[in-house]
Amino acid sequence: MTDAKTRIDEAVKGADVVLFMKGTRDTPQCGFSSRVAGVLNFMGIPYSDVNVLADEEIRQGIKEYSDWPTIPQLYVKGEFVGGCDIITEMTLSGELDTLLEKNGVTFDKAAADKIREANG
Amino acid sequence: MAILATDIEAMIRQAFPNAEVRVQGNDGAHFAAEVVDASFAGMNRVQQQRAVYAALKGKMDGPAGELHALALTTRAPG
Repeated sequence: MTDAKTRIDEAVKGADVVLFMKGTRDTPQCGFSSRVAGVLNFMGIPYSDVNVLADEEIRQGIKEYSDWPTIPQLYVKGEFVGGCDIITEMTLSGELDTLLEKNGVTFDKAAADKIREANG
Repeated sequence: MAILATDIEAMIRQAFPNAEVRVQGNDGAHFAAEVVDASFAGMNRVQQQRAVYAALKGKMDGPAGELHALALTTRAPG
């Protein structure tokens, strides 16, 4: 395993919810990363963020790791869940709530409902 | 090098000849695509979108990526 892959593996397994993004959760550098981080922040989901712009090896390596060409990428319990469009759809359909509940991840259900009300 | 919505549509159609394909966007880098294809039945969203990305291989975000952002929606018909 290459060094980058090892580090990605450690990051993916380092927390229940991990978001690979451009920028950080508080200062996203791309609209797509901003949207996903915004949803996770608003729903009060505990997660760790990995800024791919700070590390070119991780930025390229994560795409091979997940076989997914774009960033952001969300992982729950070591499993790749999707990118921005999938997370948006899953948030609005309630599938994200189900996935988090199934994996024992705490979050603010009322906030999730608020997102759905505002976008329903 | 900018890429056109019609280029993206052609690449997707090549891989999914019977799909319903809609591509929007005209700034040369940011697009929205909707692909509805029978082959997506039984696949989850990640699998469906991976299949579309595979059709666009080399064009997505990366050192040589002309296509910066593609908002992708995929589903099976019906």
